[in-house]
Formats: sequence, C-alpha cells, structure tokens
Amino acid sequence: MRLSSMGYALRDALRSMWRNKFMSMASMATVAISLTILGFAWLLVVNTQYLTTVMEAELEINVYLKDEITRDQAVQMKSAFAQIPGVAEAVFVPKEEGLKSLEERFGGESELVRVLGDSNPLPDVYRLKTVDAEHVPPAAAAVLGMPGVDDVRYGKGLVEKLLSLTQWLHMFGVIAILAVGLAAVFLIATTIRITVFARRREVAIMKLVGATDWYIRWPFFLEGMIIGLVGALCAVLCIFVVYSQLVKNITMTVNFLPVITDSSVITSLYQTLLLMGASLGALGSAISLHRFLKI
Amino acid sequence: MIQMFSVSMTYNAEVRVTALSDINLHIRRGEFVFIVGPSGAGKSTLTRLIIREELPTKGQIMIGGKSLLRMRAREIPYVRRKIGFIFQDSRLLMDRTVYENVAFAMEALEMPRNHVKSRVPAVLEMVGLKDKINSYPHQLSGGQQQRVCIARAVVNDPLIIIADEPTGNLDPDTSWEIMSILSAINKRGTTIVTVTHDREMVDRLKRRVIALENGRIVRDEERGGYQSET
Repeated sequence: MRLSSMGYALRDALRSMWRNKFMSMASMATVAISLTILGFAWLLVVNTQYLTTVMEAELEINVYLKDEITRDQAVQMKSAFAQIPGVAEAVFVPKEEGLKSLEERFGGESELVRVLGDSNPLPDVYRLKTVDAEHVPPAAAAVLGMPGVDDVRYGKGLVEKLLSLTQWLHMFGVIAILAVGLAAVFLIATTIRITVFARRREVAIMKLVGATDWYIRWPFFLEGMIIGLVGALCAVLCIFVVYSQLVKNITMTVNFLPVITDSSVITSLYQTLLLMGASLGALGSAISLHRFLKI
Repeated sequence: MIQMFSVSMTYNAEVRVTALSDINLHIRRGEFVFIVGPSGAGKSTLTRLIIREELPTKGQIMIGGKSLLRMRAREIPYVRRKIGFIFQDSRLLMDRTVYENVAFAMEALEMPRNHVKSRVPAVLEMVGLKDKINSYPHQLSGGQQQRVCIARAVVNDPLIIIADEPTGNLDPDTSWEIMSILSAINKRGTTIVTVTHDREMVDRLKRRVIALENGRIVRDEERGGYQSET
C-alpha cells in the first residue's frame, strides 16, 4: 500500500471516529479500564513475587538441639540435616557463638549479660536454609521427628499465607484480565460494526470503482487500533500516576516492605500494555470486518 | 470489449426465476449501446453481470479479453477499474463536497494526492461543474448531481461506462444535457452501455439498440429506435 493511501486511510479512520465519538469514547474507556486492571494486577503479582523472594532469602529454620546432645553428636547431625529433601544448607551455631551474638546485639556491658554471668542458658542451634519457601514446612516437620532435636522454629503460617496469596493473585489476575479484555474486544467490535454500517455506501462505491479489499479494510483496522492505543495510553498514564504515588507512600511509611521500583520492569509493563491495546483493537476490528464487511 | 456467450442467469429463490437466458452479445470498443426493454426484462441483471457483482449460472463473459468466470477474487477490483458506473439515483456521498465525491473514486484506487488534485477539477470542468466544486450534493439539482456521478465514473479513465437509467429522474432538457456529455465521452473512445426507458432519447440518437424481453435478446439493431420499425 502506498504512503498516500495510508494517509487516506488514517483520515477516513479519524473521520468516522469523530462521527461516532460517543461509541469510540466508550470503547476507549473500556480498553483503558481493562488495561488498568491488568496493569495493577500484574504489578501486584510481580510485587508479591518479589516480596516472596526477598522473604525466602531471609527465611530459615532454626533447629534447637536437646541439652544432652554432646558437641560431637551435634556436629555429626549436619550430614543428616543436609540429606533432608529441600534443605540447601545447614549451619551449626554452637551455644557459645549464640551467646556472643546475643552480647553483640545487646552490648557487652548490658544488664542481661551481667545477670547471666558465666552460665549459658542457650541451646546449640542449627540454621537450615531451604531451596525455596515451599520446602520450609515439610523440611521443618522432618527435622522435628529426628532424635536429638528439641524444637523447630520458622515463620510458621506466614510462609503458607504468602504462598497462597501469590497463587490466588495469579488466578484473580488471569480471570480479571480475560473478563475485561473480552469486554473491550466486544465493544471495539461493536464500534467497528457501527462504523461499517455507517460507511456502507462508501464501501459499496469503493468496491464498484475497483478498490482492493485491503484498501477498504484499512481504515476500519486503523480505527480499532487507534481506539485500542488511546485506551492503553490512558491506562499507562493512570498506572504511572497511581503507582509512583503508591511507591512514594510505601517507602515513606512502611519502608520494610519491598516494592519494585526498577524502571526497566515498569517500562516493559507500559510497552506491553500499549501493544495489548493495539492488539485488542485490531482483534475487535477483525471480528467485525469478518462478520459484517463482505467484500 | 464486452462479450457474452450463451449466458443464462437463474435466481434460486422459492421459485426459480430466469432473469436471462441464452444471451449472446458482442459490444466492441468505442460503441455506444442502448439496452431497452420493459421492467423485469433482465436489463439490470445484465449490468450486474458485466461488473461481476454476480456470476452467471451458465455461459461465459469476457471483458477486454479476460474471462470473468475464471478470474481469481483478487483480480476483480482490477477489472472493475476498467468500468465506470452511473446510477439512476446518482449515489453520491451526501456528507462530502462535489470535489470529495469525485476524488473519493481516485483515492480508492490509491492515486497519489497531487494527481488527484489536478485531475478532479479538470473532470468537473468537462461536465460543466467547475463552479460547484465545493458544494454539497443537496445544494445541487438532479441534473447537476447526475453530472457529478458522471465525473466520478470517468475520473479513472475507464474503457467502459455502464449507465443504469442515467436520465430516469430528469426532465427532457436535462436528460439531453446528460446524454450529450455521455456522447462527448464516447467520442473520445470510451465504450458506453446505457440502460434506458427514454424512448425519445433512443429514437433521436440513433445508436445501436439491444432490446430485451423476458430475459432474451429480441432485437439487436445498429442505429435502431426504441421500438422495432417492423
């Protein structure tokens, strides 16, 4: 197709959008809403994933050994821990070291250390790291059943909750995206259908004078794609404003909560949204052209 | 230019309707042909077959030596470019100016903009509408609208012009104007096929007349009249 024909197509697309401005705006709004939901759902998912990985890295199982275990026995347990599925690393922390770190934390001259004197009430401890968060609960259960283990502590409950939250968000995200995306495609298809109907005389004349099928289709395609793109642009703007404000608020108030601020991640989200907007538009047009534009 | 060999057309509605049966026709380059006959004789079907809006049930149709039946779908637009069409009800786009209506036909063939800009006013001058270039169709009389339609049909320089009752809604004087424009176009070598009910026009112009009745050619006379002289 010639460049000047592209110009004609663009002019015709804009002309019919203007003629159908309310319908066009409604379609743009639907695209904007669906892509905004999509964008936030995606941000929520990647942020929880990010949160999980950050927490996973800090997550460990503390294994408290019984008092009667001798130092030799304790050291030998390392290989037994290492054999538990999902355990990546087992670090032995003898009670002296535990006391030392306690002293460091509270300061050598503190009341606590003075009261304790020479006695050390702390047990020997193993710190286990697992491959990932999912392995924490079963590994902990396995360790608890082993002889010589007095108690096991980990962020019980928290890990499970975090995992199910991520999974749930994934599911919610996918369903929401599908539902609203479908609505957007449907509305664009309706808009294009109305446009095809409004321009049926023009189409008939174009056919009669011998316009090629693609010359006839292009303006409708462009119209759908412009609607999709403008909708996506609104969504990107909305997400940009709200998310940057959100990040600012979170870092100011609950700064221990890790949030993604990596601009390359965010930019790729914006690019994806714009691409999806154009694709939704093209898809909507294609459906209508296929059904209503018999050429 | 236009050849038909044993062309038949039946519409398969609830009852089988035979619109054309066993039509053999040869219209040569540069001819001016009237197609006459009562309503329902098959005149419109004939024009629809020529622009390949429909395919015949039987027979062969050739336009400029190309078979319309053996043609691939994507070739159809290129055959239609050889044919200009004029309707009784002009079929202009009411929300566009005279210029835009004519330019539209050129744009549809993806002509470059500067070519359109120079060609459209020239064609409008030929049909005598140069001063109406920025008017809208509703501001024009019936005859003027029909002239816009002619301009639109000739702007792409077709080899053939098919005019379906071009003077059907016009008074005799205006009809004559339209016909003289068509004659002028014919003098430049364009083949013209006019479907008409206008007895006086046909008798006055003395051109080739093809008369249809009940889907058959009942008469084909060079320099004939509206009705058979016998």
